[in-house]
Amino acid sequence: MTDRTISNLQRVISSGEFVVTAEIGPPRGPDPEDVRKKAALVKGIADAYNVTDNQTAVVRMSSIAASKILLDAGLEPVMQMVCRDRNRIAMQSDLLGASALGLRNCLCLSGDHQSAGAGGKLKGHPGSKNVFDIDSIQLISVVKGLRDEAVQQGGDSIEPAAPFFIGAAWTPLSPSEAFRVIRLAKKIEAGADFIQTQAVYDVAAFAESMKKAHDRGLTERAAILPGIIVPRSAGMLRYMNANVPGVEVPDDLIKRMASASDPGAEGIKITIELINAVREMPGVKGVHLQAIEAERLLPEVIEGAGLLPRPSYSDAD
Amino acid sequence: MIFAEWKPLEELTDKLGGFKKVLLAGCATCVAECAAGGEKEVETLAPLLRMGLKEKGFDVEILTATLEKQCEWEFVEELAELVQQVDAVLSIACGIGVQALAERFDERPVYPGVNTSALTIRQESGLWASRCAACGDCVLGETFGLCPVARCAKSLMNGPCGGTRANGSCELDEDVDCIWKLIVDRAEARGALESLAEIKKPKDWSASRHGGPKRVIREELRQ
Repeated sequence: MTDRTISNLQRVISSGEFVVTAEIGPPRGPDPEDVRKKAALVKGIADAYNVTDNQTAVVRMSSIAASKILLDAGLEPVMQMVCRDRNRIAMQSDLLGASALGLRNCLCLSGDHQSAGAGGKLKGHPGSKNVFDIDSIQLISVVKGLRDEAVQQGGDSIEPAAPFFIGAAWTPLSPSEAFRVIRLAKKIEAGADFIQTQAVYDVAAFAESMKKAHDRGLTERAAILPGIIVPRSAGMLRYMNANVPGVEVPDDLIKRMASASDPGAEGIKITIELINAVREMPGVKGVHLQAIEAERLLPEVIEGAGLLPRPSYSDAD
Repeated sequence: MIFAEWKPLEELTDKLGGFKKVLLAGCATCVAECAAGGEKEVETLAPLLRMGLKEKGFDVEILTATLEKQCEWEFVEELAELVQQVDAVLSIACGIGVQALAERFDERPVYPGVNTSALTIRQESGLWASRCAACGDCVLGETFGLCPVARCAKSLMNGPCGGTRANGSCELDEDVDCIWKLIVDRAEARGALESLAEIKKPKDWSASRHGGPKRVIREELRQ
């Protein structure tokens, strides 16, 4: 992990406090108020907020612009960047621009294929051309080069360096499981400072993957934040179990949601239990929470897990 | 082989309506292997074209010929006399063949009758699958003989994305293997899984189409 203090997220991780990140999806339109409204729902409950980059290959307000709106509203963003839509020239240009705007956290991802189109719910742009000039691991190394060596991927120098706290994703339960920890190691070797994982519901299976990462010394080198998506219905859990690669939902959890008289409340309860379960695992430094299109649920979850208030460093530095 | 498939008949008859005489030209090489442009397909397509054109009110005579290779000038030359007799040419060779005819017989309109889409292998009867993307910078030596450029939907160079399904297929198509799953399996079988831990640097795409149209000169072969 980089030694320099770059972002609030980094400070919380360094402090040893249990970290909370949350996700905010930008709107499918140009209205900044949409972002501000979501920001108001979740302000103060997390250390940083991921802003997705055209997730499920659906055109949305750019991650950079939405991140800047969050920043102006007093929330620290984690700008997500995918490799699907831009080549290394455009990505580095956007990274410099993001840095100029004060964005300090960058999560590097491959990106959903353009055929995804929100899982068929929207038209999307399946006829578009994809780029994938570089992959997510190469992107991590590019961002690290801009930060640590003040050099672009092609070798030209920049002045000054662009300070980014670098994130990456991990899907430990997708095949081949034997390789997933190696892939995590590659991301950390390339320069990832923090790792946010695919949604965890199968605590035992995730614990096994965490142990492999821990045994390989990876949890000392990067902060691993397991992802948890707040479940809202048994149907949602069944859908994710069947359709989202790397997400395994145990049957008893689905049954529990199905028989709950108030699935909304049960989902919050389950999320809190999951947070408490992953918190016990060696190497877990925090959680990454998502309540897809239901950000309003997050405050209750985080409060319920005893994770409020979040640390504040506004007096320092 | 170079893989191609027929364009929709409707699109072809739209182009050919109004000509009196058309030459339908096939190629006995790749497109014959993928059952799109060989002699058999030429003879199958010709009556379909006649009928389709007739339905639109056009009476078009269709001549047929199939060259051994439409991408070599010496074979292309064999069509010289036939082309003189027609108003237009419909080639069902790959895009290379179409352009060879269009270049040699530039006084005649030459239309493509197929869409050329990939470099494939015939996996089994009636099933073709991508094998090469002609990227100009072959990595097969490091990926256990399996190409992630052509066979990963995202051309990922450092391992699989999170989208590998539980059964090992690609998130895009459950009938297509995640190529990285196969690479990892082969590496494991050889006891060489850790060799995949090495980080592959950003690829130099300039040797492919991205570097501009390919033009290669080998002086020792020039006279």
